[in-house]
Amino acid sequence: MIAVVQFGGSNCDRDAVRALSDLGFEAERVWHEDPLPEETTGIVLPGGFSYGDYLRGGAMAARSPIMKSVREAAAEGVPVLGVCNGAQIGCESGLTPGAFTTNASARFQCEHVYLRVENADTRWTAAYEEGEVIELPIAHGEGRFELDAERYEELEADDRILFRYCDEDGNVTDEANPNGSLGNVAGVLGDSESVAVLMPHPERASLPQLGNTDGRGVLAGFEG
Amino acid sequence: MTLSDADRDLVVAELGRDPTPAEEILFENLWSEHCAYRSSRPLLSAFDSEGDQVVIGPGDDAAVVALDDDTYITLGIESHNHPSYVDPYDGAATGVGGIVRDTLSMGAYPIALADCLYFGDFDREHSRYLLDGVVEGIADYGNAIGVPTVTGSTSFHENYEGNPLVNVACVGLLSADRLVTAEAQKAGNKLVLVGSSTGRDGLGGASFASEDLAEDAETEDRPAVQVGDPYTEKLLIECNEALIDEDLVESARDLGAAGLGGASSELVAKGGFGAEIDLEKVHQREPNMNAFEILLSESQERMCYEVTPENVERVQELAARFDLGSAVIGEVAEGNYVCTFDGEPVVDVPPEFLAEGAPMNDLDSVEPESAERDLPAFDLEDAFEAVVADPNTASKRWVYRQYDHEVGLRTARRPGDDAALLDVPEADTKLAFTGGADPNWTTAAPYDGARAVAFENATNLAAKGASPLATVDCLNGGNPEKPDVYGGFKGIVDGLADMCRALSVPVVGGNVSLYNDSVSGPIPPTPTLAMVGKADGSSPGLSLSGEGDLFLVGFPGGALGGSAVLEHAGGSDAFPALPEDADAATAVETIRTVAADESTVAVHDVSHGGLAVALAEMVTDEVGAEVSVADYVSLFEETPGRVVVETTDEAALRDLAGDVPVVELGATTDDATLSLAVDGDEVAYGAADIADLRDVLARELD
Repeated sequence: MIAVVQFGGSNCDRDAVRALSDLGFEAERVWHEDPLPEETTGIVLPGGFSYGDYLRGGAMAARSPIMKSVREAAAEGVPVLGVCNGAQIGCESGLTPGAFTTNASARFQCEHVYLRVENADTRWTAAYEEGEVIELPIAHGEGRFELDAERYEELEADDRILFRYCDEDGNVTDEANPNGSLGNVAGVLGDSESVAVLMPHPERASLPQLGNTDGRGVLAGFEG
Repeated sequence: MTLSDADRDLVVAELGRDPTPAEEILFENLWSEHCAYRSSRPLLSAFDSEGDQVVIGPGDDAAVVALDDDTYITLGIESHNHPSYVDPYDGAATGVGGIVRDTLSMGAYPIALADCLYFGDFDREHSRYLLDGVVEGIADYGNAIGVPTVTGSTSFHENYEGNPLVNVACVGLLSADRLVTAEAQKAGNKLVLVGSSTGRDGLGGASFASEDLAEDAETEDRPAVQVGDPYTEKLLIECNEALIDEDLVESARDLGAAGLGGASSELVAKGGFGAEIDLEKVHQREPNMNAFEILLSESQERMCYEVTPENVERVQELAARFDLGSAVIGEVAEGNYVCTFDGEPVVDVPPEFLAEGAPMNDLDSVEPESAERDLPAFDLEDAFEAVVADPNTASKRWVYRQYDHEVGLRTARRPGDDAALLDVPEADTKLAFTGGADPNWTTAAPYDGARAVAFENATNLAAKGASPLATVDCLNGGNPEKPDVYGGFKGIVDGLADMCRALSVPVVGGNVSLYNDSVSGPIPPTPTLAMVGKADGSSPGLSLSGEGDLFLVGFPGGALGGSAVLEHAGGSDAFPALPEDADAATAVETIRTVAADESTVAVHDVSHGGLAVALAEMVTDEVGAEVSVADYVSLFEETPGRVVVETTDEAALRDLAGDVPVVELGATTDDATLSLAVDGDEVAYGAADIADLRDVLARELD
């Protein structure tokens, strides 16, 4: 059973359950004050505005008691996917390096972007080819990936960058970078390979009736 | 503003004594124009609100319409005009919050928002400041609560300079068994207030919304504007859902205009009851609040629930689970609406009299005159560029990019097309949603302009393959005590009513906002509609595919009155002649059939900016068009009820169109260029040039 953690202010929790169910997974929402169910085989930290993001995106949720259980589960190899605000929570709680800060535009941006698959040899990207270009929606005001130079080099050396923003043809350019992210980074692997965080929303590109299914491959990562 | 002498005399006669200070201020607010529709209600009987699909029509927090036997939607609209002038960010944000709570109180989960915004001339710094604040306020609130903003409109007109409009509509979804109304059910049931604590914010908001904006409103009236907290609203949405899941709510009303006094008195009056309320029980945010402050505070994110005594504990448990405050403030009772404070009764009035007793105004009206034709000599290049780059017709991407329009996993057609499409697997259908009005049309001709607004909204739905199901209106006008203003207002009410009836679209609810008047004069009469339809088949987008040829389907209006091109080129003309009722209905149904036909590969409604703008929007980086039209009126007339169709089968199109005129426009091309020929003049624009022209909002604002 995949647990979709619902913090106060989460707003993509229902969407994650629906998309995962459409892929045949058993998924349900777990309120952040309740314990993680014992049968948890995967965890989604969904998008939204946990605690209103009044302090800093994800900062409060990262200190919520359930995150201790999430970190423990991740350490045991339970797959954890953080999307959007969930990616911010992943960074804030130390599951992944880096931080997602205010967009270069200083505005909220909801639009579709192209992503180049940088490493197809992970559970989260195995459905794609390396270098493949996929289209996913973004919807965030704080999605600019930042990291110090030394650790960014390590991240690259360890092949932990999953996706970079690119143009339709796969060119990683400044024009194709929607938020000013370092190295056009849109998603990275966590300190454990079972953890991934990304700003774009794979669950919003999963249902055939909405016209785009490029995100199903990311969610399929829960299969293991 | 205080209670007028005439109203006060009525109150004294009814009560048999002078009202207490708390009663006086309660009557002042509940009998205000904003709450009691004193100047508009005599006109509103023009609307037809009946239909087999209508479950609950006007008069509750939101209307309820059936998609099928088991699945309902709610539909509501609200204005937040004066607050958005004084404090654009918070004024617009709380407008969103209010209409979402109207959705909750019917037992529904909010699934989509539409925002229709009207500002002064785009060239003015002040208009841009208001636009920026309003859009950011809507974005920050709507995005945080996870309700997608999927459609709407943004218009600019000099007469909104002193008084912008923010009209917000919300669609909710519920299964039939979850329906809750705002009608109290039983004496003895408890009244439970859930949500934010009550403070002194927004005091007297209803009466503030019922007078003209003063010159110093931006500084003087800030305390009458509420401040929103979307985080709490999101918790309230989840809590409301949990309360409905466990069937704990007998009736519900959100706290909006006139606060607790308004919500609780209307709730019990609607059920034919009174109430006993202890104002000190209300959970408060600041010390030493007096009775009328508690009663009239418009603190946001609060709901009033009627709950049976045995369910009170569970309701308060669930509120606590979602970190929300709650308080049992009293109960439904037989007899009067009674509020006590400090052990003393401070309000003791007949609830019906309070809720429904405001006398109606009988105001004079003057009908506007229509314009004569005096067309200028057009230069094709100047006219095309001016109209395509007009902020009214230009791309609104700068606005909707700031709104999360995809949260909820329902958005099947995104903003930027004629209508949004929302996937509703619960009823195995798609819901089409559109909204807007055109101030140039209703300035030129209030009655026909409003008919055109209704026709245009229905056409937007039909162009995406949907049959109109129901609509709500937000009627915005200036000071109704001015006969010409009231005449224009009467015109838009009758125009909307007549066209909606002709198209068999029930007007299931609405909102009236008058006194949108300032030192710069009255606003244009503005009949915003939010309309929904059901789309059971599929339909193409508006971008050209390059596989077919281009045709114009619909009845021409043959005139340029109220058009963007006359705004720029000068001159005057009558408003276009709209088809008779039966033809209008046939046009909408024909457009729907054509849009859903497999030979149609692109379809786009023709309206603001006319055919010129419609074609400019259809050209892509890969596919262009070569189009020839007879004259300038044909290129720029904005007559609604018409679409450009790219079809692979002309015969099939003509067959489907029947008696609705079909005019050949030209062919698609592979050069990504729009080539136009009009009466011997020719121009050509590449897709990139058109995109530049249409990008005026982003270019000027970022």
